[in-house]
Amino acid sequence: MNRRQAAGICSRILVLASATIVIAILAFIICEVVGRGAGSLTWQLISTTPSYLNGTIGILPDIANTIYLLLFSLVLALPIGVISAIYLTEYAHPGKIESCIEFAIETLSGIPSIIYGLVGMLVFCQLFNFKTSLAAGACTLAIMNIPTVIRTVQESLKTVPQSYREGALALGSGKGHTIWTVVLPNAIDGIMSGCILSAGRVTSESAALLFTAGFAHSLVPLSEALSSPGASLSVALYVYAKEQGEFGVAFAIAIMLLIITFLINLAAMMIAKAKKKQI
Amino acid sequence: MPSSKTREVSISALLLAVTLVCVAAVLLITVYLMWAGLPAISEIGLGNFLLGKEWASTSSNPKFGILPFILTSVYGTFGAILIGVPIGIGAAVFLSKIAKGPVKRILTSAIDILAGIPSVIYGLIGMLTLVPGIRKLFGLPDGASLLAAIIVLAVMILPSIIKLSAVALDSVPKEYEEASLALGSTPMEAYLHVSIPAARSGIIASIVLGIGRAIGEAMAIMMVSGNVANMPSLFGSVRFLTTAIASEMSYSSGLQRQALFSIALVLFAFIMIVNALLHLILKKGKKHE
Amino acid sequence: MGMSIVLAGGAKEKASVSTDGSTSMEKVIGALGEAFMNQNPGIKFTYNPTGSGSGISAVKEGRCDIGLSSRALNDSEIAEGLNQTVLAYDGISIVVNNSNPVTGLSIEQLALIFTGKIANWKEVGGNDQTIVVIGREAGSGTRDGFETITGTKESCLYRQELTSTGDVIASISQNPAAIGYASLSSVKDTVKTLKVDGVIPSEQSIADETYKIQRPFIMVTSNARTLSPSAQAFFDFAMSAGTESIISNAGAVDAK
Repeated sequence: MNRRQAAGICSRILVLASATIVIAILAFIICEVVGRGAGSLTWQLISTTPSYLNGTIGILPDIANTIYLLLFSLVLALPIGVISAIYLTEYAHPGKIESCIEFAIETLSGIPSIIYGLVGMLVFCQLFNFKTSLAAGACTLAIMNIPTVIRTVQESLKTVPQSYREGALALGSGKGHTIWTVVLPNAIDGIMSGCILSAGRVTSESAALLFTAGFAHSLVPLSEALSSPGASLSVALYVYAKEQGEFGVAFAIAIMLLIITFLINLAAMMIAKAKKKQI
Repeated sequence: MPSSKTREVSISALLLAVTLVCVAAVLLITVYLMWAGLPAISEIGLGNFLLGKEWASTSSNPKFGILPFILTSVYGTFGAILIGVPIGIGAAVFLSKIAKGPVKRILTSAIDILAGIPSVIYGLIGMLTLVPGIRKLFGLPDGASLLAAIIVLAVMILPSIIKLSAVALDSVPKEYEEASLALGSTPMEAYLHVSIPAARSGIIASIVLGIGRAIGEAMAIMMVSGNVANMPSLFGSVRFLTTAIASEMSYSSGLQRQALFSIALVLFAFIMIVNALLHLILKKGKKHE
Repeated sequence: MGMSIVLAGGAKEKASVSTDGSTSMEKVIGALGEAFMNQNPGIKFTYNPTGSGSGISAVKEGRCDIGLSSRALNDSEIAEGLNQTVLAYDGISIVVNNSNPVTGLSIEQLALIFTGKIANWKEVGGNDQTIVVIGREAGSGTRDGFETITGTKESCLYRQELTSTGDVIASISQNPAAIGYASLSSVKDTVKTLKVDGVIPSEQSIADETYKIQRPFIMVTSNARTLSPSAQAFFDFAMSAGTESIISNAGAVDAK
């Protein structure tokens, strides 16, 4: 065997090893989380609130808080994101304003979540006087997710054939009407992808929520939710693991988060498949 | 018809107004960080702040030197890149050029799932498996260290490096590789000597993105790195720019709190520089095509 | 913008008590809050565990009704218009890993260990291992209490600075060579409590002050703001005679 062949075999092994490492990491994470958390994932854990008097832990409030955050942040991010994407693909002409907006979107997607949390605290908790609340958390998360929604909807809008638009315009429809009735319905998959990716980010985000939404564990109904502080599942995981040493509970929450991540992934894949079939 | 034209114009203006929310957000963040962060820097002195080696924010003679944090973040990111990039590019080559059918699907799904796992879960496993592991493996008194943070960061930036590099490798024209094969190279040699250089702007972009992620990570590394404001050492307890903010923010007041915002400003500046770099690289890459 | 006005207005009208501060007080305050809510179903009680220093700033800035601190206020804080009411006394336990053979230390030895002058367990009768000193973040009431009583303020050398009592206990339970301090009310059997100068911390030894390392759990209020009716109701409830069993079940010593 000469040097060239040896180098070839070496590089093949290294490349294969790299891919194996990736799979091994995922397998390790899943095994650790399920192994350490399965014992603590009881119905009681999921369906009750924590009680100091009884000495029990329950994560129902955290689940509710996560759902509220999801709802409120999507209600804010989706319209703004979709409208911005429509503007950028259908109306904007290349120019100073357009490049300004593109630069802003790129910058927003690169900012670390802890800076979002800090500025969110300054702007929403103190300036807008939301105090520490789910509202402040949802607003912060919404701004974090707007770039994601814009990108996915933009991608999807671009795949709508130009002939659709031209056909509608030829039939006398105005531009706005065309977009509303012809283009947008064909871009639903982009909106759904944006939705799902944002949902993933909301459930996995923790640094941005620590200072904006706090870490209270009380169960509140939807009507009060906006003005109360609350921990989401990720924040609760951090608090139970780091501040209370309740590792069993932390891993149980981790199992739930992994399931959510997996489902979100599945949903994204299904949307992509449906889109492929459509084309 | 004038009325429908004005309607079109007003719709356009309305949409533009909404889109400008993004620009407003960036301006707000920049302005607020500067407003919150500059006072402390001017009071402490830029030189003392950036180059001072001692951070003692609550002592009776407070010192606010953030050099330990800056160096820790730099070394930590560098270490994460050192480990993550070779593995990432290797896996990307496998994913893009060698994997077929079910193997490719499984690997792609695995990478997507890894990308979506919340950072606190990485931190949790790091805290309970990696930290004791490092302690036992190296015979240290305590495993919470820069090394633990580097490993966690490397794992966290892997998915994005792999995904972007794979996309870049996919878009290398097949003719390049076929030409190389026609000249007598093995497939592996074609990938190493032709595809990777051809995809270099995308690969470098993925690395720069990984750098941005690594500098900005807070939760996961707060759980594994010990959190004492020391100058960085591989097995020592360290504090990053991000964890410095997170650990003291809730109870800080006065100059200490303003100093934390200044740290956030420094972090923001770092990120902007990294983003600008990314922008330039992507632009240069587009020119080549 | 309109939403913020509605929200802010709405929040003020609801009957609620917000408390913020010491993580060591979590069990005590949590139990009191829960009992209070059981007795007063219309009032919502919240507790944000952020640390003693943070609780004091929160009540000073008006971000919460009652601040919670596990150390007494210092002169500058009192001068800023803050009041303290002692709710209970808490012992600061010195904890080590369950596998550590050492059973007790003196205050002088503690000071030497935490300032790094004694670096190996064998110097105090333990195994041949480097001592891993675990402490709290700089604003912690527990840290303040420990450092004041052992005379080690600003000279402790920590291997790790953690942000809560629970975290200290968790870290020590995982490292055979670790030592740290934690609120007595939070200590579980995952770690071992040392005797200090021959005294084991307990409700009795804290009440008769034979266990030296102790500090008050205080509720902090601001002179600048009168308490809302709900907040005042909670305050009175906490200080009432009927809460003694709740407080001692939570591991602290009632102050009344």
